[in-house]
Amino acid sequence: MDAVLLTHPWSVWTIIVPLAAAVLAFLVPRRAPLAGIITALSVALFVAATAYRIFLAGPHTQMLGGWQAPLGITLRADGPALIMLLTSGLVGLTVSLYATGYFTAADRQQRYFWPLWLLLWAACNALFLSGDLFNLYVTLELVTLSSIALAALNGSPAALDGAMRYLLAGLLGSLSYLLGVALIYGAYGTVDLTLLGQTVRADGLSRAALALMTAGLLLKTALFPLHFWLPPAHASAPPPVSALLSGLVVKAPLLILFRLWFEVFPDTATAGMAHLLGILGCGAIIWGSLMALRQQRLKLLVAYSTVAQIGYFFLLFPLARGEAAATAWVGVFLLVLAHGCSKASMFLVCGTITRLAGHDRLAGLAGAGGTLGARLLVFALAAVTLVGMPPSSGFIAKWLLINAAIVAGQWWYLATIALGTLLASGYVLRVLSLAFTESQSPPLPVAPRILRWPPLALSVVAVLLGLAAFHPAVLTLAGAPVSGIILLEMVP
Amino acid sequence: MSWREALPVLIVLSSLIPGLIIFTLPEERQRLRTALNLGGALVKLSLVAVLFPFVYLGQSFVFRLPLLPGMDLVLHADALSLLFIVLSAFLWLVTTLYAIGYLEGSPHRSRFFGFFSLCVSSTTGIALAGDLISFVIFYEMLTISTYPLVVHRGTPEALRAGRIYLAYTLSGGILLLVGTAWLRVIAGDLAFVATGILSALDPSLHPSLMVIFLLLILGLGVKAALVPLHGWLPLAMVAPAPVSALLHAVAVVKAGAFGIMRVVYDVYGIEFAASLGLLQPLALIAAMTVIYGSVRTLFQDDLKRRLAYSTVSQVSYIALGIDVAGPLATIGGLVHLVHQGMMKITLFFCAGNLAETLGIHKISEMNGVGRRLPWTMAAFTIGALGMIGLPPLAGFISKWYLVLGGLEAEQNWVIVVLMLSTLLNAAYFLPIIYRIWFGAPPQSWPRDRVRADGRETSLLLLLPPLATGLLVIMLGLLAAAPFSPLQWVQIITIREYIP
Amino acid sequence: MSVPLIYTAAGIFLFLLGTYGLVAYAHLLRKILAANIMGSGVFMAFIAVAGRTPGAPDPVPHAMVLTGIVVTVAFTSVALALAVRIARTSSRVHLSGRDEEQ
Repeated sequence: MDAVLLTHPWSVWTIIVPLAAAVLAFLVPRRAPLAGIITALSVALFVAATAYRIFLAGPHTQMLGGWQAPLGITLRADGPALIMLLTSGLVGLTVSLYATGYFTAADRQQRYFWPLWLLLWAACNALFLSGDLFNLYVTLELVTLSSIALAALNGSPAALDGAMRYLLAGLLGSLSYLLGVALIYGAYGTVDLTLLGQTVRADGLSRAALALMTAGLLLKTALFPLHFWLPPAHASAPPPVSALLSGLVVKAPLLILFRLWFEVFPDTATAGMAHLLGILGCGAIIWGSLMALRQQRLKLLVAYSTVAQIGYFFLLFPLARGEAAATAWVGVFLLVLAHGCSKASMFLVCGTITRLAGHDRLAGLAGAGGTLGARLLVFALAAVTLVGMPPSSGFIAKWLLINAAIVAGQWWYLATIALGTLLASGYVLRVLSLAFTESQSPPLPVAPRILRWPPLALSVVAVLLGLAAFHPAVLTLAGAPVSGIILLEMVP
Repeated sequence: MSWREALPVLIVLSSLIPGLIIFTLPEERQRLRTALNLGGALVKLSLVAVLFPFVYLGQSFVFRLPLLPGMDLVLHADALSLLFIVLSAFLWLVTTLYAIGYLEGSPHRSRFFGFFSLCVSSTTGIALAGDLISFVIFYEMLTISTYPLVVHRGTPEALRAGRIYLAYTLSGGILLLVGTAWLRVIAGDLAFVATGILSALDPSLHPSLMVIFLLLILGLGVKAALVPLHGWLPLAMVAPAPVSALLHAVAVVKAGAFGIMRVVYDVYGIEFAASLGLLQPLALIAAMTVIYGSVRTLFQDDLKRRLAYSTVSQVSYIALGIDVAGPLATIGGLVHLVHQGMMKITLFFCAGNLAETLGIHKISEMNGVGRRLPWTMAAFTIGALGMIGLPPLAGFISKWYLVLGGLEAEQNWVIVVLMLSTLLNAAYFLPIIYRIWFGAPPQSWPRDRVRADGRETSLLLLLPPLATGLLVIMLGLLAAAPFSPLQWVQIITIREYIP
Repeated sequence: MSVPLIYTAAGIFLFLLGTYGLVAYAHLLRKILAANIMGSGVFMAFIAVAGRTPGAPDPVPHAMVLTGIVVTVAFTSVALALAVRIARTSSRVHLSGRDEEQ
């Protein structure tokens, strides 16, 4: 039993199953929800098996069809990939369950949702497991393409507009990235991350290539001030799609950035470049939070909160230089997991609320005691993780980032984390207080179970992950480009 | 897991699990909800009773849940935790009874009692936290679980109070978190150990330790309502009476005071903290808070606001006792944790009864109310006299030891502060007592709920203040009895001062 | 200046030209065309890279360019479809509101 568990390439199935299901869902739309649920459950299982294998036997690679790089495709299952797969598994399972209730058979959207989502899922998982620059490009394009189609799903003018912005920004970003890949290939004759990591010289060309690729990926990650496309695209998509875009898709280019900076170009990137990203991250935290505080619609509030949370991920670049590398690394990856779960849950609750109330204007959502109030409390529970209150996984992540900032002596980032927490509490409180405001309108009907339980379950998981963060934290460092003690002490 | 590990966890879960179940109950399942509430409270009290003899004998109960490599969630029971946990477990039971009576027939009770239980679970966690990080975790959980109680009524006023409450406590929480992280980086494990853990650190770190102390005290001072961090407390009065009672007597304010105890005694160590010169400024702030709170109290006509400012003043007795740095002052400060809780909860119960039964919210409306609510007002009088420090009531014991502590530490100004405060206490409580018993009752009360059975108010509202009022007398009269809070505090003090 | 370098430089020039067009023009069709010019520039750089060593050209960049062309075609078609839908639903041929951001 263990021999199979420890040698089988489980992670490959997280790509193949959704891909096959996508085709099936396209051909037999009637059975698409069933295919989606089966896929979701099996992906979750395969992710668990991958985690088990990495836990016991360490990170591993798999050559598809036995072909060697550069012609063949090599998949790598390491700690960082695993955290991404965990996020994808949890978010994907929840959203799939929710979508079976949200889209009805009569709905034209369902016809396209399932094939596109399953394709997106396969592409995401493939991206997380990819080990070379070009593969990352192709998978990233697959992710972007299916995301764009999903964002345009409901066909409203706002959604089409948002999708078009998303597409143009994505295209600009990916071509910029690809030009960087061309430069790298020209200089070193390979695109394999590991090989490049051993051969890259810290010269001007490398720096230019890194800058090009980084700029493209920043646009795709929607880091402030390149975030302009995100709020319209995320806020006008159907809620299950918004949950996927915010919870999962923005993390795809992020992982590529981490791999580039820490695996391929650890010595090429200068401290100044790292701090530039860190400062942009701080800008994102503050600007995104302030915008979220000003929004009048719930979904836009949540979308701007994503802009703010993306900023935290970029604190990794300055904080992971030096002694606190492992602390910051684990902190940011746990934050990816925490944010994925909480943000997806928040968007799903938004969807339920919009269904119930018929709109998502904050001014009209007061509803103490009723069904709306209960949904708003679930939203608040998800926000506990988002804000980083204990005992949630968001708290553990924030705690690690604070520790990293202190060890690295970066007080400026520490102050931003603190301020960001307060601002996040501020915009969450705007929503939470509605749960206690008496409603003037007649009571609303209770939402169907399938629109209530998945987001609640995901919020609970996100909170409980804080108490079970030990193993994920250790696994994050398996095969990671940084190493060291997670919680460092600096006794002189 | 052995039962020694399980016991601290079970004590926390005894309120957490009923709370989580209550959230899912529909509004009309009143009997099941009551059963869960009271069942949880009784189970918690019995578990604490099991713990008691073992902690007395100096045995340890430790539970560890690894959160990260090098960081555990630690629950342990020592003498100091027991002091706080007995208080909170007992007052939870009493307050639950009161709240059931108080909220009878009002909406959103499942939500209320759910958060109420979460709040008590967090308080229990604070009492049992075995290191500073675990303490912070429960401390922040307390913040979020009390917000829904503060805004329970959902009025714009309540929501505003809730906003301000969160603004204060979350800002404080961040400072506390940063201070804790910083301390962990330079000192490693932050387990609570009697006589402290930091005195062995390199002297070059002492400036950092002083800054960290400031951060920690700022974070804790918000909840302990040290001036000028007290602004949220009077506003939080909009909460229903049982919430105010719990907030002032056990949960929030006491969590801050208890945190200051932990930081001073079990992290820094009282002698080390004194040698860094950290206690004198804190004592001055506490003294200032005592006086400022009392003066502000004088000018409040709203009864609950008067009680709130009185809390600002009284809780700083605890901080004062800690910071005067001497065994006798420590005894005074620690025992006041219990005594103030008992007295203040009595007063809030009575204020709740006035509002609930007669619609009275202002002191100017209280003329002659002693004739209409004799039992309630008797309890109120005992609580108020206790606050003034009249022998042989509980408040007298605390003040007596604080005065002795001031003399012992040769800090005579403390005695002046205490005398001044006592005068002010008398100035704001005696007129109320006079009104109650000797004022001429009005033609009619703002809203009189006369009961068919002839009782002044329902039993559930009457028995809790009578019970706590009786305890205020007993705590003073029987202060020398074995296992009284005073005796227990003496045990703690010995452990804290003798390495 | 070697031939591959000229091609690389020309590719980068096309890339920059396309970027300018993508940002500067409001008309969606122009934006899409500009993006395609950017793509051509990148592919040209790739082809130049293939010829950087004397002897037979390196096949790998060719494979990459082929893949890249497929991706770009897919993007272009989706973009055109979206543009048509936008034109039909809101009778506009540009993005709403703050175009300067694009």
